[in-house]
Amino acid sequence: MLELRNITKRFGDVLANDHINIKVETGAIHAIVGENGAGKSTAMRIAYGFYTADGGEIIVEGQPRSIQTPHDAIALGIGMVHQHFMLVDTMTVAENIVLGAEPGTSASIDLRKAASEIRALSDEFRLSVDPNAFIHDLSVGQQQRVELLKALYRHARLLILDEPTAVLTPQEVEEFFTILRRMREQGKTVIIITHKLSEVLAISDDVTVMRDGRVVGHVKTAETNAAELARMMVGRDVLLRVEKPDAKPGQAVLSVKNFSIAVAGGERGVRDVSFEVRAGEIVGVAGVEGNGQTELIEALAGLVVPSNVGGAVVFEGRDITRASARERYELGIAHVPEDRHRRGLLLDFDLAENSILGVHYRKPAVSFSPFLDIAGIRNRALEVIRDFDVRPPNPDLPVRALSGGNQQKLIIGREFELRPKLLLVSQPTRGVDIGAIEFIHRKLVALRDEGCAILLVSAELEEVTSLSDRLLVIYHGRIVGEVDPKRTSQEEIGLMMTGGKKGNAE
Amino acid sequence: MKLLRELIYPLIAVLVAFIIGGIIVWLVGDNPFEVYGLLLGSALTWPDGIGYTLFYATPLIFTGLAVAVAFRCGLLNIGAEGQLYVASFATAWVSIKLGGTVVDVFGTQTNYAWASLPAFLLVPLAILTAILVGAAWGAIPGWLKARFGAHEVITTIMLNFIAVALVSYFTQYYYKKPGDPIMESVPIGEAAHIPRLGAFVPGLPERLPINVAFLLAIVACVVVYIFLWRTKWGYEIRATGANPQAAEYGGINVRRQIVLAMAVSGALAGMVGISEVLGYRYRYYDSFSASYGFTGIAVALLGRNHPVGVFLAALLFGMLLRGGIPVDAFSEHVSKDLVEVLQALVILFIAVGVHFKWLSNRFSLLRRSKI
Repeated sequence: MLELRNITKRFGDVLANDHINIKVETGAIHAIVGENGAGKSTAMRIAYGFYTADGGEIIVEGQPRSIQTPHDAIALGIGMVHQHFMLVDTMTVAENIVLGAEPGTSASIDLRKAASEIRALSDEFRLSVDPNAFIHDLSVGQQQRVELLKALYRHARLLILDEPTAVLTPQEVEEFFTILRRMREQGKTVIIITHKLSEVLAISDDVTVMRDGRVVGHVKTAETNAAELARMMVGRDVLLRVEKPDAKPGQAVLSVKNFSIAVAGGERGVRDVSFEVRAGEIVGVAGVEGNGQTELIEALAGLVVPSNVGGAVVFEGRDITRASARERYELGIAHVPEDRHRRGLLLDFDLAENSILGVHYRKPAVSFSPFLDIAGIRNRALEVIRDFDVRPPNPDLPVRALSGGNQQKLIIGREFELRPKLLLVSQPTRGVDIGAIEFIHRKLVALRDEGCAILLVSAELEEVTSLSDRLLVIYHGRIVGEVDPKRTSQEEIGLMMTGGKKGNAE
Repeated sequence: MKLLRELIYPLIAVLVAFIIGGIIVWLVGDNPFEVYGLLLGSALTWPDGIGYTLFYATPLIFTGLAVAVAFRCGLLNIGAEGQLYVASFATAWVSIKLGGTVVDVFGTQTNYAWASLPAFLLVPLAILTAILVGAAWGAIPGWLKARFGAHEVITTIMLNFIAVALVSYFTQYYYKKPGDPIMESVPIGEAAHIPRLGAFVPGLPERLPINVAFLLAIVACVVVYIFLWRTKWGYEIRATGANPQAAEYGGINVRRQIVLAMAVSGALAGMVGISEVLGYRYRYYDSFSASYGFTGIAVALLGRNHPVGVFLAALLFGMLLRGGIPVDAFSEHVSKDLVEVLQALVILFIAVGVHFKWLSNRFSLLRRSKI
């Protein structure tokens, strides 16, 4: 269906694609894996006409083609779904899908015709998308299906999906894979860019592995395994399981009693939750996203208006239910937020300035109040960069220029260097490459072994079960059970996460 | 190198604006080289041209800084105009009330003052009044936003109307000398006058209105730089502007930053009164501002919301204001509206500049990639 031959692409000094050769068979699901910055997205953007290659050939269905713009790609039957959706929130599904390819005469749009076509497509692939629904009423998973429909509506025979599962819950991922398989049955070709190996193994037929702008291997999925793929991606052996000694928990650091969080407009939030986190242990919270984990962590970090909070939060014997975010920092509570772009970073500020967010008002950021100590800030940034292997190690670079993994390492470094007594950490490895995941996991365990109490929320069941010493399962804002992650199967936990069965709650 | 990169797009914008302005002049029927010669020549002669250029630049430095500080906090302060009016009136009021103003009204000596303070007390007090009243007027929209979420663009525009009407009212009914046909207050006490630069600078006559407020404007640039980039307060303001959610996460009280930034912004706008009232007119003169508050937005935009940029942009706009007068008088067809055309073109090309940068990147990529 599609073949890239000797594609080369240079951005300034960086060789993003170095004589790439990728061959995608018609009717297959082809995974392209590699760490962040390996050049997978660049290669696919070249195939879709977003970038033009500096050299090489693109062959579509046996014919060499020149793809200069996405328009050319669409004409050749190539569609692409981006990691960040490109949808107009206030318009309906049908309006979004026809945008740029409006049916009818130039003056009027035949939306009714479009809607019926979309409905037919939706039925054909069983996407269950209502063409007349408004985008802002749809879940993330449904929005993604709208993006798929957009490509299908333009008669795409080859779909390129850039990190499609990054935004989905485990259930949605399953559903999504079912859809992809159905597309394959209908003769579509799918390219999926990802760095999650479990997904590669679950869905693809062929795998191309990229590293540092080069293709390092091409294998049949049936003939490989996660360890081999990880080794090809990173270039060395990678520990996929977290190895950690048993926890030696001490005193309770955090006790949450009958804690509730009201959220405007209804069901979500947290209801009557009680638990403890002791020094030297990692307590995980497993749950499908949107079941109150975000609210729980944000409330514990002091980021929820106190009037919306009920119950009590006690930290080392002190009631902190109403304490501000800064008071909590002062007490030794650090927080790695779920969304690093929204909460964790000032993207246009440099690394040095980001390394003091939260402690910018005291030493070492401030020498002689209120004046910032520029040298002190740089030194602190250099410490974080060194201890947490942030690359490139330049404190003057805007954080926006870093890869997701390095941004995350910067946040984790910033919070860990506070030597917290309690760490609230949410999605520590979301959108982070394998090498960095391993690194972050090791650092978390090391912090635990120094006696820090850690409350961990993650949408990756694998992550939360392998890191946690105790695991709380949250469903609809309630803790429905506590399990020993070593002795409970993923299926059992998964069932509890969807409200299936009560565990042995305390 | 970094400085050069920062300067290059504003410079291109100015250059392109002048070229297109020149074409307009040519279309109108004048020689663009003559008109620009007239404009720049008169703005850069010593001492009158430079003296007036710097004098016109002074209020623009203050308002440009005002807009820039608010912008760094993610706020668009359209209210510098109102803030400078209220502050100017207040500083005049203090200088009348405590400056011993006595005026001859239809033959009787009328005392407008409560006291007559010496200069070393009155000048600092008058300056402080301009700053504090400007800050207070600026803090109102800040508070409205922090407390009720009212958008600052709307509230500052509305407060401009209130400010202008309010000070006109007080001028007309309380502080205008009865019988005076001009809408102006009685004169301020002489003790409140701040010196003109001609008093110190050899070769600069004292009749030129350029006064020590210009030096204060330079100091303000330095102070704003230190405040924004070298203090924890500035860090908090900039963090709030860059990403309020991350600022909140970092323990920063976002609402307080909004009020603080608007207050600082208002204070800077209010300092226009120091130059206009204490250094130039020695009275409150109704509608004295040549849209300084609004031009300040353009100055901040051209100056990329940085004190150095604001200073340079204010000098350019000061030159245009000064140079517009002889253009009006001596060119055949072109009026001083050309100045406004040039200002508008500069702003237009700054706005376009962002996209121009993007286009040039894209264009060079396309050109290099011949498959």
